[in-house]
Amino acid sequence: MPKTEIDLPYRVEYLSILDQHGEVDKNLEPDIPDELLLKLHRAMMMGRRLDERLLQLQRQGRMGTFAPIIGQEAAQIGAVATLEPSDWFVPAFREMAAELWRGKKIEHVILLYAGYNEGGEIHSDLNNLPVAIPVGSQILHAVGLSYAMKYRKKKEVAMVFFGDGATSQGDFHEALNFAGVFQTPTVFVCQNNHWAISLPRARQTRSKTLAQKALAYGAPGIQVDGNDVLAVYTAAKEAVERARAGGGPTMIECLTYRMSVHTTADDPKRYRKEEEVKEWLGRDALIRFQKYLKNKGLLSDDQLEALEEEIKEEIKTAVDETEKRMKELGNPLDMFEHLYAELPPYLREQRRELELELQEAGK
Amino acid sequence: MAKMTMVQAINLALHQEMEKDDSVVVLGEDVGWDGGVFRVTDGLIEKFGEQRVIDTPLAESGIVGFSIGMALYGLKPVCEIQFSGFSYFAFHQLESHAARLRWRSGGRFHVPMVMRAPYGGGVRALEHHSESREAVYAHTPGLKIVIPSGPRNARALLLSAIRDPDPVIFFEPKAVYRAFREEVPEEEETLPLGKSQIVLEGKDVTLISYGAMLHETLEAASNLQKEDGVEAEVIDLLTISPLDDTLFTESARKTGRVVVVHEAPRSFGPGAEVVSRLVEKSFLYLEAPIRRVTGFDLIIPLFQREKVYLPSARRIMHAVRQTLDF
Repeated sequence: MPKTEIDLPYRVEYLSILDQHGEVDKNLEPDIPDELLLKLHRAMMMGRRLDERLLQLQRQGRMGTFAPIIGQEAAQIGAVATLEPSDWFVPAFREMAAELWRGKKIEHVILLYAGYNEGGEIHSDLNNLPVAIPVGSQILHAVGLSYAMKYRKKKEVAMVFFGDGATSQGDFHEALNFAGVFQTPTVFVCQNNHWAISLPRARQTRSKTLAQKALAYGAPGIQVDGNDVLAVYTAAKEAVERARAGGGPTMIECLTYRMSVHTTADDPKRYRKEEEVKEWLGRDALIRFQKYLKNKGLLSDDQLEALEEEIKEEIKTAVDETEKRMKELGNPLDMFEHLYAELPPYLREQRRELELELQEAGK
Repeated sequence: MAKMTMVQAINLALHQEMEKDDSVVVLGEDVGWDGGVFRVTDGLIEKFGEQRVIDTPLAESGIVGFSIGMALYGLKPVCEIQFSGFSYFAFHQLESHAARLRWRSGGRFHVPMVMRAPYGGGVRALEHHSESREAVYAHTPGLKIVIPSGPRNARALLLSAIRDPDPVIFFEPKAVYRAFREEVPEEEETLPLGKSQIVLEGKDVTLISYGAMLHETLEAASNLQKEDGVEAEVIDLLTISPLDDTLFTESARKTGRVVVVHEAPRSFGPGAEVVSRLVEKSFLYLEAPIRRVTGFDLIIPLFQREKVYLPSARRIMHAVRQTLDF
């Protein structure tokens, strides 16, 4: 039976500019000012070094479990760097480096993972949503924010992050669908780090790419080398500009790798092979970017060494100050704050109960 | 003052509030050009346009998550879930985010949204269209749950719900939607959330109810007056959470006898919380055990058996008589 083929927008492109050997494609090389290049590098370095330090703190019992970002620095920094401060940033829970770029203090990162609600505080100047843990649930919030921006005739954009696992969740699909229908100024950044705890990407979905899922909802999807900060930046910039100009949503799939554990309570040796990890070590985002910067005369060995020292100091100071601050925190009565605008009577009673109990214990 | 049904009263509240405050946005399935399957949002899209009255795709979690995002930006979304029985798709978004974002962000964000849904039985509907699960929502810290009983209080409570800075679940008893008309003032009128009302004063027994069952309770009270000369005090809770226990614990201290009435299943229902508060605050004044007249701990049956499932005036009267005889 003769069939007519329906013309679908079913093309996904792959973008790579700076390869794993530090060689750049001159045709595609973006025109990023030197200052910004160095800022990107510093942010990636800070993300990595802080991540390493946090892991140490966790092993020493000075912090609780968290989700390391090691290996994914380019994927998140390259994307988030294309936002204006007035744009909105919606993280999942593996975007620590991007959070720092967006103004979150190291202190708050540590406080949150050390179990202090104060770590979740967000300065009123920052258009950042808090860390979201239920996988994929935050994507809808970004779309709602975007709709509101359009409604208020603002030229803002919302950028939301999520992983490969999230693309199996219903909320991901509902969010992309709403974004397509309402043409919201949303940039969807998928950090495909190839593992959702122990489930490899190939078992998460039968789709050849994750980016193609956007096409089903009427939005363009592009796949990029997620360890190539230039490619991520370029793709994200295009997506942000499209959104800002009223051209609707875009999905960017960043191919990267979760070099470390899912969270510190995980043991990857149980489900994946060391060879694979080694293979991805050869594709490291920082090493290739440093080569690129060196070739451009922007980063000498001495400068790199000085930067490492500077970052080490910054982290040390932040850790010291945070642990000092922790001593002042922890008043149990504070847990009654911020549930509602005003405490309703039954909660006032419960707070009073705890207050009396604490007074008794204090005697 | 005009006499209107609950549907018309809620419609009035939406029209007036959207006129007054352009941050109010209405969204849901079929709420726009169809005016809502119960016509509650009738006329809004013609007046306020498609940007403010949004016909969404068929996705309850999407509707609520999307509303959360809008609310975080500073809008006041009033989303509709077509029947409360379909709200569970969205329960995760409510529990994990709407209820928590103020707390999670240390007050930086809050979620001033309203989720409206027709709820409850008594209209000969299909499965899933007669649910009463307010207890599940009430057990979720960070949410507020409001259930009006008539046109006037529905309009007044909805205005307060829309203006509340925190997420409010507004369950509308569909059995009351067009059951009767009541005078509702044209000028704006509000009722505070978290406050019950004494609807009928009495000295012999306290009857506590809400939603459609308030009317069965009032009928029972009227019959008891005629048949037994019993003067029941009837309290309409209006807000399930935060629960106002001052009125009913005070009433219990006066009458010494209490019967709680709701159509939701008995075990772990809102009545259980009412009884607990009474025991905590009015124990020494109680002359009899507190009775609950409720739906059975079952899925509400399809409509051939619906009437016998739901609390009736007769069933309430029986419980009251037993309480008085104790």
